[in-house]
Amino acid sequence: MRQFILATAVSLFATMAGAFEVEDERVFGNGPGPEIAVLSTTDTAFFAPLIEAFLVGRPNLRLRYVVASSQEVYRAIHDEGAAFDLVISSAMDLQMKLANDGFAASYASDAVARLPGWARWRDRLFGFALEPVVLLASRRAMVGLEMPRTRRDLIDLLRAHPARFNGRIGTYDPHVSGAGYLFATQDARQTDAFWRLAEVMGRLNARLYCCSGEMINDLVAGDITLAYNVVGSYALSRVKDAPDIVVIEPEDFTVALLRTGFVPVGAGQGALGGALLDFMLSPRGRGLMDTAAGLPPLDQSLLQPYLRPIRLDPGLLVYLDRIKRENFLAEWDAAMTQP
Amino acid sequence: MRAVFATGSLRARLVVQLLVVAAVLAVLLYFTVRSTADRAAEATQDAILGAATVSIAEQLRGGDGGVEVDLAYATFSMLGAVGQDRLFYRIDIGGETVTGYDDLPVPDVRPASLAAVFYTTPYLDTRVRIAAVARSIIVDKGPVPVLVLVGQTRQGQAAIADQLANRAGLIGLGFFLLAVPLSLLSAGSVFNPINRLAEAVGRRGPRDLRPVRHPAPSELAPLIGALNGFVARLRGTLSQTETFIAEAAHHIRTPLSTVRSEAEIALRQSTDERTRVRLRSMIRGVEASSRSASQLLDHAMVLYRSDQLEGVAVDLCQITRSLARAFGPTAELREVTLLVEGDAAPLCVLGDALLIESALRNMVDNAIKYSAVETEVRIVLATDAGMVRVEVCDQGRGLSGAGLTELSGRFTRGGNVGDVVGSGLGLTIVTEVAAALGGRFELVERDTGGTCASLFLPQL
Repeated sequence: MRQFILATAVSLFATMAGAFEVEDERVFGNGPGPEIAVLSTTDTAFFAPLIEAFLVGRPNLRLRYVVASSQEVYRAIHDEGAAFDLVISSAMDLQMKLANDGFAASYASDAVARLPGWARWRDRLFGFALEPVVLLASRRAMVGLEMPRTRRDLIDLLRAHPARFNGRIGTYDPHVSGAGYLFATQDARQTDAFWRLAEVMGRLNARLYCCSGEMINDLVAGDITLAYNVVGSYALSRVKDAPDIVVIEPEDFTVALLRTGFVPVGAGQGALGGALLDFMLSPRGRGLMDTAAGLPPLDQSLLQPYLRPIRLDPGLLVYLDRIKRENFLAEWDAAMTQP
Repeated sequence: MRAVFATGSLRARLVVQLLVVAAVLAVLLYFTVRSTADRAAEATQDAILGAATVSIAEQLRGGDGGVEVDLAYATFSMLGAVGQDRLFYRIDIGGETVTGYDDLPVPDVRPASLAAVFYTTPYLDTRVRIAAVARSIIVDKGPVPVLVLVGQTRQGQAAIADQLANRAGLIGLGFFLLAVPLSLLSAGSVFNPINRLAEAVGRRGPRDLRPVRHPAPSELAPLIGALNGFVARLRGTLSQTETFIAEAAHHIRTPLSTVRSEAEIALRQSTDERTRVRLRSMIRGVEASSRSASQLLDHAMVLYRSDQLEGVAVDLCQITRSLARAFGPTAELREVTLLVEGDAAPLCVLGDALLIESALRNMVDNAIKYSAVETEVRIVLATDAGMVRVEVCDQGRGLSGAGLTELSGRFTRGGNVGDVVGSGLGLTIVTEVAAALGGRFELVERDTGGTCASLFLPQL
C-alpha cells in the first residue's frame, strides 16, 4: 500500500492497531435479500427516517448503517479497504482525496447528472446536502448590542467591547477538528479579514472546541455569547428548543459545506448504494432530509447570493498537504496566542 | 469483376469511385482531426500543467528552519478544471519526499531546471501525465536540490479529442452525403459530351458520310478520329460498290448487245434454215442473259439504295404515267392495250424515285409480258387508308395457283411461264422496294382470269 504523507488527524490514529473505530451500528429492515452497507459520519438518528423511507419500497433489503468520525471513515476506506456500498461524509476534503486516489467507483444516474458542477466531481463524488457554516449568538448576552451581519461587523463588535466578550467566544480547534480546520482554511481562502478575526478572538481568549455539540451546549447554557463557524444543521436543530439562540449567516460570505457520498470501488452492492444516493437526491428524499433529518437538501434555487459552497475540486487536496497544514496551523497558533 | 467493368455503366463506375474517394477522405478527416485534436489538447494541458508545476516549485522557499512549501489552492483547483482530472503531486527535497504521493514515478531523465519534463506513466489504477521540474534552494546556507512532480489524469484531454473527432466525423459524413448528388452531377457532366456526340452522329442521314466535326473534349478526340477513319473507309467502299455496279452494267450489257446485233445480222444474211434456227435460239438466249443482267443490276441497285434510303417526296402519278408512256411501244407491239386510270393529280409518297420506278417497271413489264394478244392491262392509281395503291391488272394466264411467297423468291418463276423470257427477279425487286419504303406488295389471281399486282406505299 502506498503511503501518502497525510497531515490530518488521520496520523493520530495511524498508530492505533486494528480496525477503524465505529461509533454506532444499526441494521434497518429484515428482508432476506442483499444487505447494503453504508458508512457515514451522520448520526443514525438524523438518517433513520430517510433509510426507513428508502426501504419501504424495497422490503427484501437490509441496510447496515455504520457511523464513524470522518477520519475513521477515511481510514476505513483508504487504509483498510473496508467493504461498503456507500460512503457518506461531511469531510469534503477527505472524500475528495479518496475519490482522487481512485477509491470511488464510477456511478451514473439521472439524479446525479442533474447536480450542478460544483456539487459533484466527475462521476465519482456527489454532494447531497448543503449546509451553511454559521455564526450563533445568544440574544440574552447580546442585549443592547446590534447583531453582526458581516465578519467586519463582528471584528468591530469584538474590538468595541473587549470586556464583554473576553472568554465568551467559541470556535473549533482546527488542530483537533477536521471540520473546524476545513472551515478555517476556507475562510482564510476567501478573505484576509479571517486572520484579523483570529487575532481578535485570540486576544479575547476564545474557547476552542473539538465538536460543535459542546460549543452549542455552552452557548445554550450561557457560558459563551458567540459561536463562530458552526455547521448549520446542528445549530438549527438546537434553535428549535432554544429560542435564545440566533443563527447568523454572515452576509460578506457564508461558506457552505457539502455532505458528499460515493460508491466505493469494489462495492458488493454498488448499484443499491447508488440507488440510496439517488433516493437522497429525489424530491421525496430531499423533503425527508429537510424535515425529518434536518439536513438542508441541495437546492440551487434556495441559494442565497452570499452562500459560497465549497467546490468539489482538487483544490481541497491542498490543505490536506502535511506542510501546508503545518504552516496553516502555525499561523493560526500565532494569531490565537497573543504575547 | 473485369466483366462487370467491361460491360457495366461507366457512369455508375465513376460515381462509385467518387463515393469511395469521398468515404476514404471522410475517414481520413476523422482520424486526422482526432490525432491533431489529441495532440493540441495535450499541448495545451501540458502548458497548464507545466506552469502549475513551475509555480509550485517557485513558491518553495528555503530558510534556516527548513523548506517552506505553499501549495496554492487556486492552482490545484484550476488543474482539475479541465475534464475534472485526478491530481497527484510529489515534492522531493534533497532526495527525500517531503510531501505528496511518495510513490509517484519520477522521470527517467531528471529535469535540470524549471523547464518542465513531461511523461506519461501508469500510476495507481490509471495513467497519468506528469510534469517534472527541478531547482535548488538554499537551506541552512547550502544548496539543496528540489524535485517537483505534478501529475494529472487526461480524461479531459480524451474527452476534447473525442468531441472534436466526433464533430469531424459528422462533417465527414456530411461531406460524404453531399458527395452523392455532387458525384452524380459530375458524372452527368462528364458523360454529357459523349451523349451529345452520340446524338449528333445518330441524327445524321443515311447518306451522310462526312467526317464528324462535332466539338468534343480532348479525351474523345481518339474516338472521333477512329470513327472518322471508319467513316472514310465506309465511304470508299460504298463508292467502289457504286462504281462496280455501273461498270458491271456496262461490261455485261455492251458485249451482249454487240452479240445480239451480230447474231441478228447473221440471221438476215443466212439462208441456211438450220443456221437460222440456231441463230434465233442464240438471240433468245442473249436476250434472256441481257434481261437477267439488267434485272440483277436492278436488284443490286435496289438493295444498295434501300440500305442508303433517304426519303424524298415522289409523285407516284407522274412516275406511273411516264412509265405507261415508255411502255406504250412494247404494248403496241404485243397488241396489248395499256390503260391508266385515276386522277392526274400528284399522289406523293416518301421514297426513292429510282426504286419506285424500278418496282413499277417490273410490275408493268410482267403484266404486258404475260398478257395474251388483244387484251387489256389496266393501271389504277388510288388512295386507300393512308396508303397510295398502284394496281396493275392484266387478263393474262394468271398464276396457276402459285402464291406471292413462292414467286417473290430470287430466281423463282411460275410453273406456267416457260415460254416467256424472264429472270425470276422481277417480283423480288418489287417486294424488296415495298418493304424498304414501308409499304407492301400484293399479287392476286383474278376470278375473271389474269392477275392483279398491287403496290401500297404510305401516302405523304
